[in-house]
Amino acid sequence: MAFELPPLPYARDALAPHISAETIDFHYGKHHQTYVTNLNNLVPGTEFEGLSLEEIVKKSSGGIFNNAAQVWNHTFYWNSLSPKGGGEPTGRLADAITKSFGSFAAFKDEFTKVALGTFGSGWAWLVERPDGSLGIVSTSNAATPLTGPDRPLLTCDVWEHAYYVDYRNARAKYVEAFWNLVNWEFAASQMR
Amino acid sequence: MIRPFLTLLVLALVLAAPRLDAGDAPFALAPLPYPPDALEPVIDAKTMEIHHGRHHKAYVDNLNAQAAQIPELAGLSLLDLQRQMSRFPTAVRNNGGGHWNHDFFWNLMTRPGTGGEPSAALAAAIERDFGGLDAMKQAFQQAGLARFGSGWAWLIVRPDGRLAITSTPNQDNPLMDLVPEAERGTPILGNDVWEHAYYLAYQNRRGDYLAAWWQVVDWGKVSAHYDRAIAELAPSAAAAAAK
Repeated sequence: MAFELPPLPYARDALAPHISAETIDFHYGKHHQTYVTNLNNLVPGTEFEGLSLEEIVKKSSGGIFNNAAQVWNHTFYWNSLSPKGGGEPTGRLADAITKSFGSFAAFKDEFTKVALGTFGSGWAWLVERPDGSLGIVSTSNAATPLTGPDRPLLTCDVWEHAYYVDYRNARAKYVEAFWNLVNWEFAASQMR
Repeated sequence: MIRPFLTLLVLALVLAAPRLDAGDAPFALAPLPYPPDALEPVIDAKTMEIHHGRHHKAYVDNLNAQAAQIPELAGLSLLDLQRQMSRFPTAVRNNGGGHWNHDFFWNLMTRPGTGGEPSAALAAAIERDFGGLDAMKQAFQQAGLARFGSGWAWLIVRPDGRLAITSTPNQDNPLMDLVPEAERGTPILGNDVWEHAYYLAYQNRRGDYLAAWWQVVDWGKVSAHYDRAIAELAPSAAAAAAK
């Protein structure tokens, strides 16, 4: 059974002006699609045939891992964004953020720092640790918290293709814009 | 009498100012060796301006910021720094590598169609180690395509004098002592496969960028790098490489 590109949870132009329709066309329509296509080409005839996407991410390495994890990471990223996003979280997630980082502002600063400090291609994540505390992690290339004990709640893609059309080298401006799009309801729904 | 003196004084101050800056900062961003539109249509002027003026500049600025913390860096040439990179923190590796790699890259390229051909010696080595120029290009493009994420593809002279194709992640390069021994050597050709190198014109089509890039390779420069790399080898390796 082939993997499919999940539908984008909003219109291509819904995230403008923070993320343009042109960026979505390439990022979702080309990059995300290519990872799906590559995965479907790589998996048949291997021990991973018939496994779910998450199982493949957790058990594979090399090219299969890169493509499977990028399929998963991008779907998670689209869900982390919303045209109705931004602002601050409420309820349980807000409490957990205050408890782990001191304040929402302190969390935002630290997440931004991690996103800007990820050298090369990668991702910044808000994760829930096994002990219930929250943390911020950076992963390189396709690496994802899914393979470890942390539970991802929110991600920001800092591969250059995520922002180059709109922001060129100015990753800081992209991350600043990202805060206007964060889907806090989705992040909260990922908590244990 | 006063006015010419003042003019000279102002001129002297203006001329001295950049030197004072350069004295404070051991590493400098050299101007591009050609106008930013020289490589069009293979690499567009906008890409060149941002790539050199912002990305490369950021590596130089960040490396100088590291040098302010680590005085030893000011006493090292950029080339020597690469060879001792394992002694320094990650920020030096990233920015010192980024500075060397981009310097090397700008100076390998020339206007499309003016890059000539490999020298006889380099052509013979390519024939010997790859079976021909086209086969070498294919292997090089494959290395660039297969580099997942950000990095570089390289044609290197190995310590035994043979040519090899490698790739490195991020801003690492084959000179660095932290690169696995089997992938180490002296680069004679390198292409940047960070998305910032090609995204404005080629977007997700890295393969098209890698294929088009040969039009701007300056084979005179590559051949000179090859001669120098062979000359620096131990005599026994150089003799073996000549066979």
